[in-house]
Amino acid sequence: MMLNGAEDEEKWLAEGIAGIQHNAFYMHRALDSNNLREALKYSAQMLSELRTSKLSPHKYYDLYMRAFDELRKLEIFFKDEGKHGVSVVDLYELVQHAGNILPRLYLLCTVGSVYIKSKEAPAKEVLKDLVEMCRGVQHPLRGLFLRSYLAQVSRDKLPDIGSEYEGDADTVMDAVEFVLQNFTEMNKLWVRMQHQGPGRLREKREKERNELRDLVGKNLHVLSQIEGVDLEMYKETVLPRVLEQVVNCKDDLSQYYLMDCIIQVFPDEYHLQTLETLLGACPQLQPTVDIKTVLSRLMDRLSNYAASSADVLPEFLQVEAFAKLSNAIGKVIEAQVDMPAVGAITLYVSLLTFTLRVHPDRLDYVDLVLGACVKKLSSIPKLDDSRATKQVVALLSAPLEKYNDIVTALTLSNYPRVMDHLDNGTNKVMAMVIIQSIMKNNTCISTVDKVEVLFELIKGLIKDTDGADVDELDEEDFKDEQNAVARLIHMLYNNEPEEMLKIICTVRKHTMAGGPKRLPFTVPSLVFSALRLIRQLQGQEGDIVGEEVPATPKKIFQLLNQIIEDLSNVPSPELALRLSLQCAEAANDCDLEHVAYEFFTQAFVLYEEEIADSKAQVTAIHLIIGTLQRMNVFGVENRDTLTHKATGYSARLLKKPDQCRAVYACSHLFWVDDQDGIKDGERVLLCLKRALRIANAAQQMANVARGSSGPVTLFVEILNKYLYFFEKGNQQITGAAIQGLIELINTEKQNDSATPDSASDAFLASTMRYIQFQRQKGGIMGR
Amino acid sequence: MVALFQSQENIVGEVVIEPIQGKKVEHNGVKIELLGQIELYFDRGNFYDFTSLVRELDVPGELYERKTYPFEFSTVEMPYESYNGVNVRLRYILKVTISRNYVSNIVEYQDFVVRNYTPPPSINNSIKMEVGIEDCLHIEFEYSKSKYHLKDVIIGKIYFLLVRIKLKNMELEIRRRESTGSGPNTYVETETLAKFELMDGAPVRGESIPIRLFLSPYELTPTYRNINNKFCVKYYLNLVLVDEEDRRYFKQQEITVYRLLET
Repeated sequence: MMLNGAEDEEKWLAEGIAGIQHNAFYMHRALDSNNLREALKYSAQMLSELRTSKLSPHKYYDLYMRAFDELRKLEIFFKDEGKHGVSVVDLYELVQHAGNILPRLYLLCTVGSVYIKSKEAPAKEVLKDLVEMCRGVQHPLRGLFLRSYLAQVSRDKLPDIGSEYEGDADTVMDAVEFVLQNFTEMNKLWVRMQHQGPGRLREKREKERNELRDLVGKNLHVLSQIEGVDLEMYKETVLPRVLEQVVNCKDDLSQYYLMDCIIQVFPDEYHLQTLETLLGACPQLQPTVDIKTVLSRLMDRLSNYAASSADVLPEFLQVEAFAKLSNAIGKVIEAQVDMPAVGAITLYVSLLTFTLRVHPDRLDYVDLVLGACVKKLSSIPKLDDSRATKQVVALLSAPLEKYNDIVTALTLSNYPRVMDHLDNGTNKVMAMVIIQSIMKNNTCISTVDKVEVLFELIKGLIKDTDGADVDELDEEDFKDEQNAVARLIHMLYNNEPEEMLKIICTVRKHTMAGGPKRLPFTVPSLVFSALRLIRQLQGQEGDIVGEEVPATPKKIFQLLNQIIEDLSNVPSPELALRLSLQCAEAANDCDLEHVAYEFFTQAFVLYEEEIADSKAQVTAIHLIIGTLQRMNVFGVENRDTLTHKATGYSARLLKKPDQCRAVYACSHLFWVDDQDGIKDGERVLLCLKRALRIANAAQQMANVARGSSGPVTLFVEILNKYLYFFEKGNQQITGAAIQGLIELINTEKQNDSATPDSASDAFLASTMRYIQFQRQKGGIMGR
Repeated sequence: MVALFQSQENIVGEVVIEPIQGKKVEHNGVKIELLGQIELYFDRGNFYDFTSLVRELDVPGELYERKTYPFEFSTVEMPYESYNGVNVRLRYILKVTISRNYVSNIVEYQDFVVRNYTPPPSINNSIKMEVGIEDCLHIEFEYSKSKYHLKDVIIGKIYFLLVRIKLKNMELEIRRRESTGSGPNTYVETETLAKFELMDGAPVRGESIPIRLFLSPYELTPTYRNINNKFCVKYYLNLVLVDEEDRRYFKQQEITVYRLLET
């Protein structure tokens, strides 16, 4: 039987339509022949089709619309007294003779509309009569449509201000009264639908009811369209009456829809001026009503209103909109114990959005909202509802977006407390949002306090959180996160050295907790940040002489030393080595010999103890040599020790070519091309010769091992070194020696015909061209 | 078309007798009677004349040509209205009799109608009542008046105090109760003259449903309390509530109908 439900309904609808068409046909005939009696008879019969109980609202609407169209024709006929010869007053009685109530009332409304138009009776009297008489239809569906018809035909005949139906006796109050009453009755009918029929069809009924809701809401729309409903009347009459009905009907579907309707159809300024009343109704609604959406929409509307023009902002202040909304939300959350977290948070997000738009200057409000949210969240330790989490992220992102400035958010004491309630993953996402915001806006975080708060906020990125499953971490994400933190460290800056030092210490405190995986990312930033401070201090040195300066380079270097040590313990020796060298260089610039020496020691120790990989060793030794070469702070003794070490390690590299290259690089340690730089030509030559020996040995080894001596690249490289030092005026390097080297190369090349190497050939060729060129120029090379 | 009179009127007219051309009519006298008769159908053939007035129009003689007799019944007392019911008829007749010897009398009848008007009653209380079925249905209804003239409107309302049954609709019926005869030979006939739907669907507690019923479309007569001890006609408003199983709950109230003297 249920299966055929839809089919049957189609059939019933078809029958209904046929009935309407049939009677409409005879009605038209009667209209054409000006036969009032027949017209009434057939129109009543036609309208009887609307008495059916078999149709769903959707189908019934179809039927209704057909009857509606026919009634328009009847109305035109009624208007023309010349055609039917009966005064409208009599007509008004005549149609009431119909025995069935539904056709009778449809006809009555139709004549009533003509009656008002004729102005033979005050509009209010007719309207009042119609809306009263319609009580006779208590069937929800039929009643709703009948009253909807009444609303439709009376819409343009309300005694509104400025309307032609306004008169001494008819005031806008009557219009309002009429619409309100019709609205009330319609809502009652609508609500009653829910309680009729068997319980198992509840869902279907709700769906059907939803289809009908606009019939009810239309009344509110009409109210909002009445010119005469000014703020005063809205406040005193319309809103209280509507809300009374909404609250009293105790139906969640209706309450939700109507609240939303009120918010949508009436102007924003009315809402603003009646906030208290409107919000006062919220806690009185059924617990199942989705108040959060209602309130959210209200706040969204008000926010938009506030954003629309700066002129309206004083209004918001005047009515204390924030306090009222905040209060209402609190009450609603309190009243609806079962409201899920996501609901409450959504509310707070809306309130926050509202606050940010309306009171951008009131950070305390923002904090208040966050605080309220914390309070709500404190009942649940961690959010596991993804929608709720999303809302929290929205809540936290809103201030960042608004102020474009994390510094503002950092002053919000409740901000980190809200973040605490996020799960680890989301917490990180949020931390990233914060960092990105800082980056995007190039915000400088310039006090220790703020840095502290900031690190508290992003602690999810800074260290492992308890219980976090490390395996789950995506390597890629982790890198991104840590790179972001590294970038962030550069944004923490204060021009005041003292404060800056504090910042650095704070950052250190936090980053050091990050564990082996994070330190390689964060420490370089920290080190360079510290080095920047050192250079700054160094630049200022002249100005602050004699003062007791807490932030001295020495102190900072001590700090750096520890940092690097920590890093090397991680272990991340290569990075530690590089940073040590950086620090050494900085110490050099500060003229701090011991410090620099210390850093070099550290670097060498790292090299010896931690760096085992031969490739890494090559890189490291070149770095050491390069740095050492630029050092000018060392005394002879220290310098000797270090260069000795460097050359020693160079010669002990694993591969011969590496040895060779490192050794000839060491030659630069003895020839610094500065005014005061060391220029020890003899030792340069020693290095180069040693390099040559190694190159030879390499060549021989290659011969033994592979049967060919390989390219002459090493020799060409050494030749270039010879040329360099020759040009720099090293007396130990003679033209003859160069000449000899060139010959050596040529001999080697001839021996090594097996494997022509284009790269080394080209290198040699260009070197030779260079020599040629210099000769022609007649410079020092000329000889 | 029939002539219409009311009580205390003078019934004036003339009787014209015209014999067939060239013939004469011999008679023992001509008279005209005004009769008020009650005819009970179950007692066929029995007429009760409650009024009988006679005017002699002519002494015995012969008529040769058309002759006109004026007549007049002055301020005739006609207390009852003409009525045509299910079991009873009340009629007024003018009866002209030309009495003759040896052959049957020539008799002609002319009906006329009597309607009597009454001024609006000085006391006209509303009908107000609370009725119900315990724990099922309690209603309170009110009709604004207990006495209505024929073109009147019944105004009222029904207030639902308690509704525990699923109502389908509600109607107001106008019923006419005509009882004839007396004692064991009383015949009662009830007709429903109007079925007027007041409500469609099921109300809930607290609803009040308006009543507005125009009497003019229905063919009512005034209430006749006791017409010459022969019959009476009474009117009732019957409020009927029908539930979804088509059970009917009703309450009947008598109303008085009168013919309003228009002033």
